[in-house]
Amino acid sequence: MIRFDGVSKVYKSGNRPALHDATLEVKPGEFVFLVGASGSGKSSFLRLILREERSSTGLIHVLGQDLGRLSNRKVPAYRRNLGVVFQDFRLLPTKTVFDNVAFALRVLGQSEAYIYDAVPEVLGLVGLGNKENRLPHELSGGEQQRVAIARAVVNKPAILLADEPTGNLDPATSAGIMDVLRNINAAGTTVLMATHDTAIVNDMKRRVVELSDGRIVRDEAGGQYQTRANRAVVDDSFPTRADSQPIAIEPLDFDPIPAFDPMTPTSEAVDLSYLDRLEEDPL
Amino acid sequence: MKMSFVLIEAWNGVRRNISMVVSVILVTLVSLTFVGSAALLQLQISNMKSYWYDKAQVAVYLCTQYSTLGACDQQEASTDQIAAVEAQLDSDTLKPYIDKWYFESHDDAYKNFTKQFKGSPVVDLVTPDLLPQTFWVNLTDPTQADLVFEALGGMSGVESVIDQRSYLDGIFSMLNAASLTAVGLAVLMLVAAALLIATTIRLSAFSRRRELAIMRLVGASNWFIQTPFIVEGVVAATIGSVLACGAIAGIVVFFVDGYLASALPTTSFITLADVWIVFPGLLLAGAVLAASSAYVAISRYLRV
Repeated sequence: MIRFDGVSKVYKSGNRPALHDATLEVKPGEFVFLVGASGSGKSSFLRLILREERSSTGLIHVLGQDLGRLSNRKVPAYRRNLGVVFQDFRLLPTKTVFDNVAFALRVLGQSEAYIYDAVPEVLGLVGLGNKENRLPHELSGGEQQRVAIARAVVNKPAILLADEPTGNLDPATSAGIMDVLRNINAAGTTVLMATHDTAIVNDMKRRVVELSDGRIVRDEAGGQYQTRANRAVVDDSFPTRADSQPIAIEPLDFDPIPAFDPMTPTSEAVDLSYLDRLEEDPL
Repeated sequence: MKMSFVLIEAWNGVRRNISMVVSVILVTLVSLTFVGSAALLQLQISNMKSYWYDKAQVAVYLCTQYSTLGACDQQEASTDQIAAVEAQLDSDTLKPYIDKWYFESHDDAYKNFTKQFKGSPVVDLVTPDLLPQTFWVNLTDPTQADLVFEALGGMSGVESVIDQRSYLDGIFSMLNAASLTAVGLAVLMLVAAALLIATTIRLSAFSRRRELAIMRLVGASNWFIQTPFIVEGVVAATIGSVLACGAIAGIVVFFVDGYLASALPTTSFITLADVWIVFPGLLLAGAVLAASSAYVAISRYLRV
């Protein structure tokens, strides 16, 4: 389904590779967590699968396609097989819940009859059956993320990519989102989720792939968020004290910008809708 | 369904960007009016050329008793010399190139002169013997006046051979310069229009970047993403082109046929019937300009 063979990605401006010699295979129907510190290469990993970037070296095969040979012209058709969910939802603020989900079908040229069939069904699946006519700013963060998930899966993609989908949500809401993702996975969709959320990873007991500085340092089924991570950091990177006592590094995923610290989720999404009103007419 | 979605998106773009769209319309209007005016000038020039060149003759002036030019030595051209010129005009070498010729005597020349300069004091100073006898030659092809120069220029009794077209060339080169100036301004304006359309489209794309990002994520085809922007640019430019056509028609009807034609009644001017041919060109130019610059602008914005 997804296969990385010795994939490296170096950005033009960066001297350090964002991904270094990554080899990985994801089978159909799997649920895979991608964990690691900020800047460890999780997002690069997802962007490569989305074919927003090409790998610098190595081969990436997704759904039988060699992404290195996929021409720009064929990228749109390829992406119809993928669903994507982001931390910041990325809903259209002026469209209702129904229209946000329908947008994904309309831009693919689906008939209205099909849209009026498929959208309520998928909204039911994510638990928003009664909120079709709300606008995004009238919903809670968790509900907005459900809309985003509905939009991602309404086209019945084979693979769902989720980039920290619970990053802006409180633990209870996150659990609800994870239920939705678990159901989608149970229905046969392969799910690849990048996350910082320790509790979720530990609860789900699914395959965990850990990235550190662009390298895959751990890949285990039914894994936990932090097992070898502490060891790896202490062993490889950090100087130890003379008495060889390991330095306690908690949390591992320290993020220097507190506002975006995923370890302290806010209960509500930050309301950015005022930006949309500002941007509506740039003149 | 697809097309209606595209058109709705394009309309939203126009609505959100109304001031930029208006400026695109105005710039297209002005630049295409310049292009159209240059075309009008060219039409007018070719119109006048065909009118005047047909009338233009080659004049073979003969010597008068006052003339010192050419082969003259203050001697009136003799009957023999006149006969020789006449024979030359009727000869096998020149005849095929000459449509017709006629001889103008001193008295005929004086009559024409007094008619032409009626009321002017110069008439009182001129006597028939001052005005040269002249062979007026109409050529079948007015551009071949050189043949007459060569055949008759050096003959005795001939003062000078003058192609009337040489008087017209000055006027036409002036009109040509005016037309080139209009073309130059038009090119500058078209560059400005192309850049303005590109900027407008980029701004429009920026204000819809969320929609664009989602479209790209869910795999909307490039055609589908680009078309609303191209339609937006083409609609704005087409409105400008239609207005430019209106401006051109106005110039022709009110200025050329209204003012100029009554001010210069002897000159033949182009009419609206002649300039229809310019309009499809202007519309096409506006649409192509807008479509291509919008396409370039949006492609850059959407590069994967």
